[in-house]
Amino acid sequence: MSTPRDSVVRVGLLFPELLGTYGDGGNAVILVQRLRWRGLDAELVEIAAGTTVPETCDLYLLGGGEDAPQTEAARELGTDGPLHRAVARGAVVLAVCAGMQIVGRSFPGGSGRTETGLGLLDCVTVKTDEPRAVGELLVTPDAAFADLGRLTGFENHGGRTRLGPGARPLGRVVAGVGNGDGTEGVTTADEADGRVVGTYLHGPVLARNPALADALLAWVVGAPLDPLDDTDADALRAERFRAVEQGNLDGVAHRTWRDRLLRRN
Amino acid sequence: MTRSPHRSELPRRSRAALAAGRGVATLSRAAHLGSGSVIGGKLALAVDPLLLGRLSAGHDTVLVSGTNGKTTTTHLVGAALRTAGPVASNTLGANMPPGMVAALDRAPDDVTAVLEVDERWLPRVLGEVGPAVVVLLNLSRDQLDRSHEVRKIADTWRDALGRLATRVVVANADDPLVVWAAGGAPHVVWVGAGSSWTADAAGCPACGGRIDFSPTTWRCTACDFARPEPAWTDDGTHAVQRDGPRVPLAVELPGRVNRGNALLALAAADAVGVEPATAAPGLRRVREVAGRYRSADVADSRLRMLLAKNPAGWTEAIDMLAPAPRPVVAAINARIADGRDPSWLWDVPYERLQGRLVVATGERRHDLAVRLRYADVDHDVADSLEAAVRRCGTPDVDLIANYTAFQDYLDAVGREP
Ligand SMILES: [Zn+2]
Repeated sequence: MSTPRDSVVRVGLLFPELLGTYGDGGNAVILVQRLRWRGLDAELVEIAAGTTVPETCDLYLLGGGEDAPQTEAARELGTDGPLHRAVARGAVVLAVCAGMQIVGRSFPGGSGRTETGLGLLDCVTVKTDEPRAVGELLVTPDAAFADLGRLTGFENHGGRTRLGPGARPLGRVVAGVGNGDGTEGVTTADEADGRVVGTYLHGPVLARNPALADALLAWVVGAPLDPLDDTDADALRAERFRAVEQGNLDGVAHRTWRDRLLRRN
Repeated sequence: MTRSPHRSELPRRSRAALAAGRGVATLSRAAHLGSGSVIGGKLALAVDPLLLGRLSAGHDTVLVSGTNGKTTTTHLVGAALRTAGPVASNTLGANMPPGMVAALDRAPDDVTAVLEVDERWLPRVLGEVGPAVVVLLNLSRDQLDRSHEVRKIADTWRDALGRLATRVVVANADDPLVVWAAGGAPHVVWVGAGSSWTADAAGCPACGGRIDFSPTTWRCTACDFARPEPAWTDDGTHAVQRDGPRVPLAVELPGRVNRGNALLALAAADAVGVEPATAAPGLRRVREVAGRYRSADVADSRLRMLLAKNPAGWTEAIDMLAPAPRPVVAAINARIADGRDPSWLWDVPYERLQGRLVVATGERRHDLAVRLRYADVDHDVADSLEAAVRRCGTPDVDLIANYTAFQDYLDAVGREP
């Protein structure tokens, strides 16, 4: 698998009108551009809600959304549909925020009801009495993802996510809330169970984390990718790391003192 | 129209409320805390919660609301009406009840009041003020909220307008959410004011189906909800009234969106009873709106200042730019008033800036630089407005800044023209 594929890479943006509230479409733009800049053919496929989901994309994106649209998206994707068959075939999924919640086993819907998720990741999301997690989120990746470097982004979610034995987190929270237990993000424990990555780093997470974008693309292409000029992203990362270090955490002040003490211990 | 008592006939409680508000406003000005009008209005409303309704009852009132263009359109309506008589207005954009109370308190009896209203406050203000005319511009997501919430606002407008019996609503026929909201009102004057932002209206507010947009019209693909035939259109040089005269429409403010705002202002003036031919020349007197569209000398260049607060506003501002290759300084902050999360940058079609240099500045210039890189736009970053203008190195530079960045620069170049 060391020769780059010569066919077009198809990036499927799922339900942008339901799951696109935080500039989530940016991730699709970023993936397509990073392929094109390397001379690889790429196509952005916008998949509207209410239409048949194509099974032929190489990579699928699910973004953030509110309770009602989130529940609708989960209902349309089902527990054994085209997306599941694509994942079984080896397609990659990046699921962000509400997107991550719905690809798990269950998540809280709008009226407090527990909704059934897609079951692509072994995790459940629950409602707690903790305040909404809003603010900068900084993550040190677990050893398996060390190549990604520190992950940086913004989070804005009410639910807390618990991982089952078939899942592992992306990393540990340095600043922010993440899954709510000191971990952040969810992926499959075994690649044989699918190449599905979930994260609370919401919206255009790949803008701040080009290494994560390239890790997803390397899965698709089947080979490591040539480096690109990421001067702008490096400057953005440095500036955001500095902001977190200086305690300029924006909404992270929403965390309770209990939260902070528990984390410190 | 029923007229309420003049100022001297206001209840004692209201007069006491106004006196208290003026006192605290004076103190606030003395302490250099701004005009003091908002804090004074707040106090006055605390003393008399019914004050807004009582004060406005002495005036014919025009309310202007929507996500973008409120302040500009309020200025345009005021300028159109001033051709026929004096006008009172909250022209600095203090668009919640305290700012309206302060504007009305300064107004002589019987002058027409033109009030900008925050879109979330419109239903309540409608109930209290009972306006002669309501102007509805557009509805899109602001930087802080989500399209779901935009739809909720459209629903609350529709309910509130449905409860008003005999008023005239002047509404933009090109924005489906505005059409849905105005559909609750018995008497609507539809204006073809244009719309450059359709992302928040893609789902039909009537049935949930998909709305199909063409360059000139729109309709739901699933039900009969469609663009109403406008009574007012713009043929590029004239305002054209269906079954009425053509009036030259000359606007000094840049962009198609401001021609649309001017057309709405003309229709509003007509609804108040000012002849379009009389009102139209007034529109040309608006050259600057609370610092927006100002030209200022910065670092040996002539800088034209545009404000854009959200994706729809940026899309409109990009349309106002001088043609490429004139360089652009784009400034992004993410303070509380801007929304702390600049993810919305990815909803702005920055690809339209290809073919010119864009210098990113403001506190979140690096977020913008990354966005510009993926948009294939030639760009650089600079850590101050002056450095950004110098980097452009041309005699004329356009600036687009979001809210707090714009206010900072306005302080730097001077708030008065
Ligand atoms: Zn419909």
